[in-house]
Amino acid sequence: MFSQILKNDRGGQIMLVVLAAVLIVVPILNLAVAETSALHIPTYLVTLMGKYLTYALLAVAVDLVWGYLGILSLGHGAFFALGGYAMGMYLMRQIGDRGVYGNPELPDFMVFLNWKELPWFWQGFDQFWFALLMVLFVPGLLAFVFGWLAFRSRVTGVYLSIITQAMTYALMWAFLRNEMGFGGNNGLTDFKDILGFSLQADQTRVALFICSGLALALGYLLCRYVMNSKLGRITVAIRDAESRTRFVGYKVENYKVWIFTLSAILAGVAGALYVPQVGIINPSEFSPLNSIEIVIWVAVGGRATLYGAVLGAILVNYAKTVFTGLMPESWLFMLGALFVLVTLYLPQGLAGLWQPLKTKLGHKPEVAA
Amino acid sequence: MSASKLIQLGAFFLGCLLLLSSVQAETSPTWTQATALFKQASFDKTREAVDLLATSHEPQAQQLLQALLDGQLYQHKQTDALALLSDKDPLDLSTGQALGTVNKDDYRKVPINNTLRKYLRSKIGGLSLANPDPKVRLAATTGLLETITPEMLPQLQELASKESDQAVKDALQLGIHLASLSATDKPTQLAAIQALDGNLNPLVRNKLNPLSTNADPEIAKAAQASLRSIENKVSLNASIETLFFGLSLGSVLVLAAIGLAITFGVMGVINMAHGELIMLGAYTTYFIQKLLPNYLDYSLILAIPAAFMVSGLMGILIERTVIRHLYGRPLETLLATFGISLILQQLVRTLVSPQNVPVSNPSWMSGSLEINSVLSITYNRLYIIAFTLLVFAILSYLLRKTKLGLQVRAVSQNRAMARAMGVRSARVDALTFGLGSGIAGVAGVALSQLTNVGPNLGQSYIIDSFMVVVFGGVGNLWGTLVAGLSLGVINKFLEPWAGAVLAKILVLVFIILFIQKRPRGLFPQKGRAAGD
Amino acid sequence: MLLNNKLKKTLLAAGTAAALTWSSLSLAADDTIKVGVLHSLSGTMAISETTLKDTMLMLIDEQNKKGGVLGKKLEAVVVDPASNWPLFAEKARDLIEKDKVAVTFGCWTSVSRKSVLPVFEEKNSLLFYPVQYEGEESSKNVFYTGAAPNQQAIPAVDYLMKDLEVKRWVLAGTDYVYPRTTNKILEAYLKSKGVDEKDIMINYTPFGHSDWQSIVADIKKFGSEGKKTAVVSTINGDANVPFYKELGNQGITAETIPVVAFSVGEEELSGIDTKPLVGHLAAWNYFMSVDTPANAEFIKKWHEFIKSDKRVTNDPMEAHYLGFNLWVKAVEKAGTTDTDKVEQAMIGLEFPNLTGGTAKVLPNHHLTKPVLIGEIQENGQFEVVSKTPEVAGDAWSDFLPDSKPLVADWTGKETDGKPCGNYNTETKKCSGQKYE
Repeated sequence: MFSQILKNDRGGQIMLVVLAAVLIVVPILNLAVAETSALHIPTYLVTLMGKYLTYALLAVAVDLVWGYLGILSLGHGAFFALGGYAMGMYLMRQIGDRGVYGNPELPDFMVFLNWKELPWFWQGFDQFWFALLMVLFVPGLLAFVFGWLAFRSRVTGVYLSIITQAMTYALMWAFLRNEMGFGGNNGLTDFKDILGFSLQADQTRVALFICSGLALALGYLLCRYVMNSKLGRITVAIRDAESRTRFVGYKVENYKVWIFTLSAILAGVAGALYVPQVGIINPSEFSPLNSIEIVIWVAVGGRATLYGAVLGAILVNYAKTVFTGLMPESWLFMLGALFVLVTLYLPQGLAGLWQPLKTKLGHKPEVAA
Repeated sequence: MSASKLIQLGAFFLGCLLLLSSVQAETSPTWTQATALFKQASFDKTREAVDLLATSHEPQAQQLLQALLDGQLYQHKQTDALALLSDKDPLDLSTGQALGTVNKDDYRKVPINNTLRKYLRSKIGGLSLANPDPKVRLAATTGLLETITPEMLPQLQELASKESDQAVKDALQLGIHLASLSATDKPTQLAAIQALDGNLNPLVRNKLNPLSTNADPEIAKAAQASLRSIENKVSLNASIETLFFGLSLGSVLVLAAIGLAITFGVMGVINMAHGELIMLGAYTTYFIQKLLPNYLDYSLILAIPAAFMVSGLMGILIERTVIRHLYGRPLETLLATFGISLILQQLVRTLVSPQNVPVSNPSWMSGSLEINSVLSITYNRLYIIAFTLLVFAILSYLLRKTKLGLQVRAVSQNRAMARAMGVRSARVDALTFGLGSGIAGVAGVALSQLTNVGPNLGQSYIIDSFMVVVFGGVGNLWGTLVAGLSLGVINKFLEPWAGAVLAKILVLVFIILFIQKRPRGLFPQKGRAAGD
Repeated sequence: MLLNNKLKKTLLAAGTAAALTWSSLSLAADDTIKVGVLHSLSGTMAISETTLKDTMLMLIDEQNKKGGVLGKKLEAVVVDPASNWPLFAEKARDLIEKDKVAVTFGCWTSVSRKSVLPVFEEKNSLLFYPVQYEGEESSKNVFYTGAAPNQQAIPAVDYLMKDLEVKRWVLAGTDYVYPRTTNKILEAYLKSKGVDEKDIMINYTPFGHSDWQSIVADIKKFGSEGKKTAVVSTINGDANVPFYKELGNQGITAETIPVVAFSVGEEELSGIDTKPLVGHLAAWNYFMSVDTPANAEFIKKWHEFIKSDKRVTNDPMEAHYLGFNLWVKAVEKAGTTDTDKVEQAMIGLEFPNLTGGTAKVLPNHHLTKPVLIGEIQENGQFEVVSKTPEVAGDAWSDFLPDSKPLVADWTGKETDGKPCGNYNTETKKCSGQKYE
């Protein structure tokens, strides 16, 4: 089945093989190799890589709508954050009476605000399965409703981009309000354990890392599968000539809504895996600038390739990690210059570098947007 | 002989006295005692010194007290001499003579706090009910109103009968009515309630409130009726005020967005660096003020063309080096300009400072225009609304009536055709982008008067600017104006009952829903060229 | 030395690069003690935090000139968490695990502290937090060198009530946890002093709020009802300038309605036109204008270090100054940089304040601090109008019903023998970090 899905996707094949290798080698080097050994990978690096992997999945989700459907979403950070909040709420409930006030029912920040009982939308989040369902459902529903409204009214181009931005901006302000019941600016933090496993244990962290890797692989395969199907071909047709596709008789709006929703769900999953690894979710994740950054990862990696998105997300974030430590005063210059140079000289992103090589190897070049 | 003549005469004699005493220049024991008290730099001692001076007949006392109130009273570190040091000529207060140039470091400021300021004001106020300047008299009378009692009636009546200035007379009359409210006989009270009907001064409401529950039903009823009519007037004024607030918020939005309406709206460049171009304009204001510290009132005017040039040239530089290569790929301009915005922010942080910088308000931008006791309009907001309309008018003229405007529109509608007709599109592009950026810089000058000037200035306006342009309809200047103003007004009318945060959210939701109804904004561009 | 540092960092970077497929190189040299500096150098918080980074570098530099600590040189490890809260946690982990720092000085916002807190507790490392904050916290791994609400807010309100005879109160703040808590505490406090519900107006605004027209108009209305009114402002950083400008323009002066602020210090004032602020108040534990030899010395050193005599000093800088010197003392007392030993050695230590008096480390990891109320002057400095003796920092406010029974004592004296940061005196249980 894999060979079917990954046919004509050499980049994806390489990416998945590398991913598989990393998923096997890193846990071994962390857990099985002694700390004193030069080969030992410390846990903080594992978690860092886990974080990159969730970013990569988020980038894949954005590439799906931007690269293949032609919708530049400047609000995908919202779906990511909603998934994160759903997971965060579960983790908050798991703290139980270990919070600073020792209240078995209410999270600390509610005790703090003198709330007497749990609000209705926090009910059920003590169950992992329910939280998991919400991770998929909440971003999916928002994307569905938003997409249904927007695509039906034929909002396109920059108008669409800007209202996705308005969406995430509005959500940011909403979550910043303490009355909303999501912890305001401090967000949700101080998590203790997940499914009974301590979040501070190396094993849990490695497990989360592996989960992130698997989610990325599955998400990638799912996107590739969808794009290889008839649905995918219509999607590309919509991107390249929306009116013509409509005149041929396809219900363009429906296709758009479904792809948009799928992408939002993937972003939500990425957010849910991100939160237990970084240990905090707060409204800054909704910030419009964050969403723009995601788009930039995809652009740096290369649009409409999927594996380019993975590459871009990991590289940009790795660069950020290195530069913020190495040259704290001037890393923004580097980052800014990187964006400018990539746009000017690598319009196809880093994956574009690979294109001529592939042509030489006898593959047909992909249609680029 | 009228009152004012009397006062003038008094002032003349006082002036003669001052002249005489300054010639004598002999320090009296009271003065020496006060000097010693000031030296101890404690608020209590300063208060004693104030008492001493206020009751004394020291010629320089009033000037000294005023200097103390204005925070301009200094004491020499060695000689203890008291001096008035301000932006103008320094003055030796014991002699009343100019000091020439002094080194401020030799002096120590006489400290003052709010309690003392208030105390001083009452002392000076008591002295100034008979001041020849009607403005001073008005201020003194207004100060008196807050602590009015029925015992003051005769004094007030006497003052009112002699007063020649209408404003002061009105204030005194108000005082008489207020004092009568607390009188003991009913007809006087009722007459006062009658006379105060519809008066918006908050003191009137505070006095009427307890009367509305008076034991005497007639008084209570009259007071209630009077209060009702006042409340109606107040709420009408409040609506006007909210409308003004909305328009002023809206004009700030328009100002921030209007440059973007050109770079984004007309040229299709998603210019994420727009906010930083605004920031550059604000920093230009700062530097101009720094260069001309003594011309605060004019430097702001000078900053407008300067900011236009700085941001405009930066815009042209960006266009020539980066954006030029990206026409026809609008979404990619977003990425490149985002990179540029990061670079510009960090540039300011590195070259100037990561801290905010101080930009002063010229005197003509401070204060407010009082229409009545509950409605006043601040000058800075008023000027900014006017300035926004001016900028809008100039831009409209440029785009509609000039050759450049024609070329800009031609290139934005059909680049290939425009080139075929001999328009040098590259030059037009650079100029258009420069124009949009320059306007952003001008907006920065205005914003520097309202908010912080720092590296993050741009980021706080960029998203709102995009919302305004899109809401108004891309490519339509008129749309930007209407959109900005209406969003401002909506926001301000929502704020009182929804709170500032919720109002912001509701406005965003409103924009999202509105775009569903009109996918191309308020004023969609018509014709084939409008298609993506 | 500088070159050497750069070389090390480059090596370190190469190491991280390799680490993704290989393992990190441990470069923790034994001849130095590393001190982490975790302050944002970019993003929205850079405005406030860059100065604290420089302060730390100055303090470390100075200590090295005195011969370092335990015969070893101190080495600052500076990272940039870029005002990004998850990045704070990541960088904290980096500092502790990769750089093996002995102690970290950092954070400004509450959310950044909350973000790194689990990391410091998990890795059992020390953090010195230098900013005034909302309280309601006491971690074994954190020393709170800034003010708790009872060391800033309550004395300020007392001053307004007694000296200025304020009867009506506007509690205006930015909508986040510090203002929320402070206002809750103040509300309870005011009510306990007999202030009527009607005479308290509470207002919250979003971060970076810049359009204050309506709110200032409301305050004006609220203040025109005949009783002396004051504003207690917990408005955060950037929103202050437009707030004060609007106050000035709408004709509200310090004499009619004074504003007392808890987040406006010398550093903030240096970035604004102070004219509309003159006479308004602020409450801190330190003012640059306080005339003591220690303060003069500190200011002189700061000007030399930063190579500009225009730069100001402020309260969080003093907090770092105290925190750092206390830490040095504690390390020398314990003879090691081991977290547990230093933590125990810290408690009870004393160090002179810059404003006179002494800061003593309390068993709840807070300090004793004097509270100063100052009036803003035109030159951006404060004129002290009131000063209290040292007040002991209280981790758990007595004015909040849920935290009233809680105490923090890391010596275990008041908490049943077991050191605990939130011991419930009613249920005799310890929750939070030391949960059993």
